[in-house]
Amino acid sequence: MDQTVTVRAGDRYRQRMMRKTLFVTGAFVLLAVAICVDVGVGPGFFTPIEVLTALFSPGSVEPKLAIIVWDVRLPVAVMAVLIGAMLGVAGAQMQTILHNPLADPFTLGVSSAASFGAALAIALGIGLWPAGGTFFIAFNAFVFALGTSLVLFMFTRMRGVTVETFVLVGIALFFTFNALLAFIQYQSSEAQLQQIIFWMMGSLARASWTKIAICASLLLLLVPLCWARNSMMTALAMGDDRAASLGVPVQRLRLEMLASISLLAATATAFVGTIGFVGLVGPHIARMFVGEDQRYFIPVSAAAGAAILSVASTLSKAITPGVIYPIGIITALVGVPFFLSLVLSIRRETWR
Amino acid sequence: MSLAIKGLRFAYGTNVVFDRLDAAPFNRGEMTALVGPNGVGKSSLFRMIAGHLKPLEGAVSLDGVNISTLPDRQRAERVFLLSQHTAMRAALAVFDVVLLAKRGWQGGKASDSDVRQVEETLDLLGIEHLSDRLITELSGGQQQLVALCQALVRDPQVLLLDEPTSALDLRRQLEVLSLVQKITIERKIITIAALHDLSLACRFADRFMLISRDGVVADGHPEQVLRNDMTGRAYGVRIEIERNAKGNLFVHAELAS
Repeated sequence: MDQTVTVRAGDRYRQRMMRKTLFVTGAFVLLAVAICVDVGVGPGFFTPIEVLTALFSPGSVEPKLAIIVWDVRLPVAVMAVLIGAMLGVAGAQMQTILHNPLADPFTLGVSSAASFGAALAIALGIGLWPAGGTFFIAFNAFVFALGTSLVLFMFTRMRGVTVETFVLVGIALFFTFNALLAFIQYQSSEAQLQQIIFWMMGSLARASWTKIAICASLLLLLVPLCWARNSMMTALAMGDDRAASLGVPVQRLRLEMLASISLLAATATAFVGTIGFVGLVGPHIARMFVGEDQRYFIPVSAAAGAAILSVASTLSKAITPGVIYPIGIITALVGVPFFLSLVLSIRRETWR
Repeated sequence: MSLAIKGLRFAYGTNVVFDRLDAAPFNRGEMTALVGPNGVGKSSLFRMIAGHLKPLEGAVSLDGVNISTLPDRQRAERVFLLSQHTAMRAALAVFDVVLLAKRGWQGGKASDSDVRQVEETLDLLGIEHLSDRLITELSGGQQQLVALCQALVRDPQVLLLDEPTSALDLRRQLEVLSLVQKITIERKIITIAALHDLSLACRFADRFMLISRDGVVADGHPEQVLRNDMTGRAYGVRIEIERNAKGNLFVHAELAS
């Protein structure tokens, strides 16, 4: 082992960065494979080669195959990946700004507010979207989810931008909206109640290319903004005092990231309902493999979240032929054993 | 060219910490020990000098420039505060953390000279072999050494150390303080360190500044401050000073009955 002794710390650092870059690349390659499998699985199984041909030269395959791939399965598969990535990124940011690995995008009450907004539309027909139609429920959910963040912003003016303010107000909002939701549920008819509950379970069946375009543009807008702040966020992971000593405007950074998290979580919830677990576990997986250097933490959190939802989407079709289970149920059922096995097999002490 | 503290007034709510605190200027190349009992505001004073807290009145100025008017980034280039809580719980490697301190938070790739300076600093404190380890795997003392590496690699003009040796063993305490003393002289910087071990402090500091509930109660050469009656009174102890054959001062304290 003479060699390792003579390698300087700086070179070891560079080697580590190289390994992490490779890991990020590998994670995205795996994700691409997961998408192909997801598109192939369903009533009528297609091999990955058939899927790839249909994707890259739709003209050269049977029209039926092209329609199934492009119009039926691909929107769901792409939606799964985008939502997974959004929740993964939002979760990673939330855990960093709250200094708490148990935080997720819904920690501050976003999901219960969104559910309340949706229930309002379903049961009482009260909608904020003027036109009705596909976005009637989604827009309500989005507005209420974003509203919780506005309330939080207001409280930070009074009490300062501390982790405690965030969490306390978040908990208060969570209980408030849960109570309001229960109130609506209590008063609604059986059919409405069923619809509310199905909405909350989370489903990719509502995927469409319009929604995909919205999610993709949101990511395209936010990812570069967050990327520009990745060193500041890495510094923040060391603690508020440390970050402040390096000149990081801690309070402003926390609010900026809260805005980003709110947009991501509110949009994701509005389109597919509440899908828990992904935003909590995606960042954990990333932390285990690449640590909290944001240049690697964020992409791997995104890839891990996307991969979990992609695999869950595949399994939701595969478990019972002809039935598509709500993805919110499958995610946790499949994700938990996978996650626990990962925790047990990796010994490194990266838990806080 | 120095650091000046004038008429500082500060309170947490109704709890007044400083009421018009003044101090003689701090000069470059000089190491000052900030001493005083617990809870009199040593850490708050440090945070005001570093600009993390804004005083209600008065100002801290470096070379005539009021520190709290500087933009975050410029201030952080000149003043570095090593806070008392050096434990870190982030999943980051030692090298990464020190490099982060070196580069501030500018994005992009680290230059060769940045990487070399980090290596040298790790060498200085003898923790080069830990460079790949995660911060969370280290002991409290090792984490404190990493924090010191961050402080030294920043190369600030004002270095504020809040109990920099609290978790270190005997040998490390001596090594760290003599290194800080050497760097203070070589780089001609202003160093202020809060220390509780007065014997240790008077071996390395050029100046003692004692603060208590009433503000600065004694300030000057270490021996002079230690011989001042105010020192014992501030701590509520009886202080005796002894000089050994090598000329080092030893401070004995007994509970004042």
